[in-house]
Amino acid sequence: MSEQLHEPDLALHVEDLTVSYHGKPVLWDIDFDVPPGVMAAIVGPNGAGKSTLIKSILGLVPSVAGHVTLHGRPYRQARRRVGYVPQRSTVDWDFPTTAQDVVGMGLYGRLGWLRRPGRRERHEAMQALEMVGMDGFADRQISQLSGGQQQRVFLARALVQKADVYFLDEPMAGVDATTERAIVDILRRLRDQGKTVIVVHHDLQTVRSYFDWMLMLNVRVIAQGPVNDVYTADNLRRAYGGQIALLDDVTGVIPAERELAGQRPETRTQESREEVPR
Amino acid sequence: MSLNALLGDYTLQNVVMGAAMLGLVSGVLGCFAVLRKQSLLGDTLSHAALPGVCLGFIIAGGREMGSILAGALFTGSLAALVMLLLTRMSRLKTDAALGISLSVFFAIGVVLLTYIQGTGNASQGGLDAFLFGQAAATLRSDLWIMAGVSGVALVLVGGLWKEFKLVSFDAEFAATQGLPVTLLEALMTVMIALAVVVGLQMVGVVLMAAMVIAPAVAARQWANKLETMVMLSALFGIVGGVTGALISALGPGLATGPLIILSLSSVVLVSLLFAPHRGFVWEILKLQRDRRQLRHQRVLTTLYQLASHHADRQYRSEKRMVDAYLGTDSRRALERLTARGLITQQTPPSHEPGDHKRWVLTPEGCREAERILDDLGRGGRA
Repeated sequence: MSEQLHEPDLALHVEDLTVSYHGKPVLWDIDFDVPPGVMAAIVGPNGAGKSTLIKSILGLVPSVAGHVTLHGRPYRQARRRVGYVPQRSTVDWDFPTTAQDVVGMGLYGRLGWLRRPGRRERHEAMQALEMVGMDGFADRQISQLSGGQQQRVFLARALVQKADVYFLDEPMAGVDATTERAIVDILRRLRDQGKTVIVVHHDLQTVRSYFDWMLMLNVRVIAQGPVNDVYTADNLRRAYGGQIALLDDVTGVIPAERELAGQRPETRTQESREEVPR
Repeated sequence: MSLNALLGDYTLQNVVMGAAMLGLVSGVLGCFAVLRKQSLLGDTLSHAALPGVCLGFIIAGGREMGSILAGALFTGSLAALVMLLLTRMSRLKTDAALGISLSVFFAIGVVLLTYIQGTGNASQGGLDAFLFGQAAATLRSDLWIMAGVSGVALVLVGGLWKEFKLVSFDAEFAATQGLPVTLLEALMTVMIALAVVVGLQMVGVVLMAAMVIAPAVAARQWANKLETMVMLSALFGIVGGVTGALISALGPGLATGPLIILSLSSVVLVSLLFAPHRGFVWEILKLQRDRRQLRHQRVLTTLYQLASHHADRQYRSEKRMVDAYLGTDSRRALERLTARGLITQQTPPSHEPGDHKRWVLTPEGCREAERILDDLGRGGRA
């Protein structure tokens, strides 16, 4: 193969990525590398640009500078190898369609123009629904699903793509403990199959138990690498600012971070701007 | 006019066919507009068509259908573009941008209209019919234009079905699937502009928006799948169009366009009221059913608890005891429960004083009461 690959050993390679919104940098000079086969969390305070990072990697938000490769190829060429789970609140769940139909949408790109989903696509959609434990709800109108069930349907829509790199935007937001458990199990299974899973995560309490790789973000990259190297009091303080002043050492992190979770600023900035009010 | 004469009437045939076609195409395209929360786009497009109508008239120097429709399509699309640019480039939200481009374009249209009227052009008569529509002026040749436009729109919807569906549901995900989202959205907007242009002559710019919104809103009430919704919406559009046309032919000189809109509105009203799961009446009935069921369950469990309290499954409860406990009259609930075989009425032995109407749980009633209590998480205590 004569094709020149850029950083082919990395599942995701982001270099110098800068995104600006109304003349203000939302992401500044991001260098971010994820090796294949890990479960990586992107954490940071509200307005840190976590969702924007994923969206600009996927070309949904234009970037001012920088480049992105997935397994050595630019996103446009690697599209088929990428699965995406957007935030649940970005769509209208009153849309007249069924769970199975939504999952089938993950195959539209592969199908191409003018071809309609057939028996094979329906079968694949059912398999994906089984994986997330939602096969009993295949024909259910999506507005009748609970929040956790809707999240699982979204996950199934990404699974059906049979991608190598998965991006998930806050999949654990607003779901109950059972669903969270189920989602984490599925993501771990993907990782154990050698896939790469990259998740925007909000909950600092669970980040160490769920993930093995981590990016701490606040407009700039604060730190990245294996979770245990990155999850330090110093890094948390740098990412979250003054709120973390209570922290003295890593062992003291646990009670303090609960404090932190309670102090999430209510002023919703960058990320909530894309949210559709229900 | 007798029915036969009515059916043979050339003008009426044209009007009915035109109304049916308009209903079909605006019903289908309206679904996508409504689902994409762009119901008012149709309103902006149709009002913005007025300056185009006038420009077409001025350029052609007379009431030339082709140039009028082309002008309408041009200014309509221009308004949509202005709206899009306003939302992208400024911090205006969609509703404000729609309102601004609607009023600016419509104002220009009215100015042009009065200008033409002032020039005293002999053929200007009836140009203001585009405001409220003049269905009777529909010619066979107009029908061909309408059929062509509708045909193109329907073929596009059929061919790009899954793309339109995905873009309407989740545009961002559609982009990650490699779909040209902006192009598809623009195409949907242009198609709505086409539907508006088709309807200008019949319904007029002021009421055209309802033609796009009403069938889709009504269909949404009854359908759980996009396929069903689009087909129902097309059907409602056709029925509304034809009904309005026929009513106006029967009545003494009533305007067709508004009657079409009114027939569609009655379909919407019925749908909003009676559609299962979504209609008002359905919800009220469901609420009453739930309340009744709850009342029955409370009476049943009360009987069960009285029985367990006396450690006697055959315990004969007095109605007034149940009433006193629940604070309401339980007569109807007791009757219903008897009818369902969950309780029976027993007369106590004649030597026992007191009320002679007593109620006893049947074995099924016992099981049902235990099931209800189990569901509540309290467990049976018999």
